[in-house]
Amino acid sequence: MTNGYHIVVCGSIVPDPLQTLEPIQTPTGPALKNEMMLPAVLDPWAAHALYEAANLASKAAGTKVWLVSVGPKAKLQQVMMTIAQRVSFELVPVDSSASGFADAHSTAALLAETIQGIAGLDRSRLLVFGGWESASRGAGATMQLVGERLEILDQFQGVDQLSVQADGSFEVLERIEGGRHQVSVCQGPPALFGWATGNLPEPRNNPQVGMANMRTVMPALQRAKSVPLADGGLHFLSASPPKQQRQTRVVKDLSAEQIAQEIAEWIGK
Amino acid sequence: MSQNILFLAHVSETGNTLPKASYEVLGASLKLTKQLGGRLTIGLIGEDVSVVAETVAAAGADRILAVVGPDFASARYASDAAAAEAICRSAKADLILALATSRFMRVLAGVAHRLNGCVDTHVTALEAVDGEVRATRWHYRQRIEGVIRRDTRPWIVLLESGCEAAWVNTKTNGSAAKIEVIPVTLPKAATRTIVTGIRAPKSDVQTIRPDANLLFVAGAGWTKKQANGKTHVDQAEPLILDFLRVTGASLGGSKSLVDQSGESQAVLGFMTHLNQVGQTGSTPRHPKGLSTCCHGEEPHVVGWRFINERRAVNLDPNCGWARGKADVLYVADAFEVLAKLNALLAQRNRTGPEPAAQGALVN
Repeated sequence: MTNGYHIVVCGSIVPDPLQTLEPIQTPTGPALKNEMMLPAVLDPWAAHALYEAANLASKAAGTKVWLVSVGPKAKLQQVMMTIAQRVSFELVPVDSSASGFADAHSTAALLAETIQGIAGLDRSRLLVFGGWESASRGAGATMQLVGERLEILDQFQGVDQLSVQADGSFEVLERIEGGRHQVSVCQGPPALFGWATGNLPEPRNNPQVGMANMRTVMPALQRAKSVPLADGGLHFLSASPPKQQRQTRVVKDLSAEQIAQEIAEWIGK
Repeated sequence: MSQNILFLAHVSETGNTLPKASYEVLGASLKLTKQLGGRLTIGLIGEDVSVVAETVAAAGADRILAVVGPDFASARYASDAAAAEAICRSAKADLILALATSRFMRVLAGVAHRLNGCVDTHVTALEAVDGEVRATRWHYRQRIEGVIRRDTRPWIVLLESGCEAAWVNTKTNGSAAKIEVIPVTLPKAATRTIVTGIRAPKSDVQTIRPDANLLFVAGAGWTKKQANGKTHVDQAEPLILDFLRVTGASLGGSKSLVDQSGESQAVLGFMTHLNQVGQTGSTPRHPKGLSTCCHGEEPHVVGWRFINERRAVNLDPNCGWARGKADVLYVADAFEVLAKLNALLAQRNRTGPEPAAQGALVN
């Protein structure tokens, strides 16, 4: 591959996992209480996909990385302040809902349409990356729907490793049952990869990368078109947090031996 | 209104059975078929489904459809999508139920798009109320439970394991399966990917055991400085591995522990991201869970949503487990407790029956 890849990473924002989430009912369906006030982060699996894209770009000269992100513009801007310092990319934002209650089909349609609208995107070099699930909807369906709309037949989910071979083919490791990986060889682009965690550490903040990214990120956010998401025929009859609160017995006065005895009996029951 | 229901399954890796939990989905399919007064079709995908078809023939489906051949032996998106699409079209199904295996999770969303239908995954309950099908699934990583219905048909629903009673063949005389094989010819573009094999850890270091009765979670505390100001990873590793060996438990880890391998800190050699439980890890299903050296913060504990009985060992009496997230919190040094526990369990195993063998399917 002499000209590199065109990697499009799909990734949106989710509430910071440390936040308490409380569902509320709105005229358009369930939502999170104070959703716009909650601190947000880039969806963790999508973030892995972005880091893997940057890693691949560093090895294949001429590669370009886009981050297509559907979410409220103000929240996207906030998250980009952090993410943009990590790796180089061109942001393609769409001002819309990033709710976990949004329909995967509607989100996928919007993502696919946005990808198709990227100027200069070369399908023969196209790799679509994303998280295999999100920390919001957690459907594990959106990327496949995007792939179908883009007519990509080589799709991989739960990807932990992508290795480019000497002949330009990819060796792909996908998570399967029992802590194992399925190994596949794909001839090359176009292909779609829903990433699991991969093996890369989180890149360190690099202010120079941040400054370079922000030259394009801010104008892109200003240009972002606002698109309402259709409900896609999905209706919520209820949305509620789990009710179970356990009565925890805190044991402070037993010796290690006594605790071991108690646990052994519990395991054996 | 009568509905056509399709139970869709693929053969397991052994090639002559269905994944065990598929029978739970068949049970759910039969229940819904009865509730809705519908017609059930069974769809099978694999290199050869004749043996599998015999095992489900007695379920009483109107039709058994199959796509077979070497092209459909392994889990490849393009071929599986073509096979599932062909079966769904032939069945003219309104509702398509399948087990959420990695193979079907990869492909059935794409099939839903091809059918102009819709898909929902990780469904934990399915019921018919006044002729309306309702599905329950979790949002925000098991933090909010939603009950949904869909206008669009066909509706593909991927069910999680352990949520429905499995169908059991109670008929004594075997029913001969009448299989309608649907021919599917793959275009060249669908064969650009070749599945070359499965990569698995050696059996003696395989720590993920989805069928285990117990989940054992190790937190970052195992690699932190102990009372003497030093880390004791060299002691932690054999203690944990011994415990897994004597109990047959499955090993989980907190994010902070599995992340350490990428941050060049002291790590447990057998712990990988595959073991990670929680917000960005798995949500395993085991009857019991024992947490050690883990604070029980919400992002981790959301991965325990389907663990019924929970106990924890931690030095901090005010950790997250104490706040209604565990049934019992032992405030103690996990190193000491595990050493005593291993000795006790080893002694019991020597004098009692062997622990039940554990399989390894899904985490």
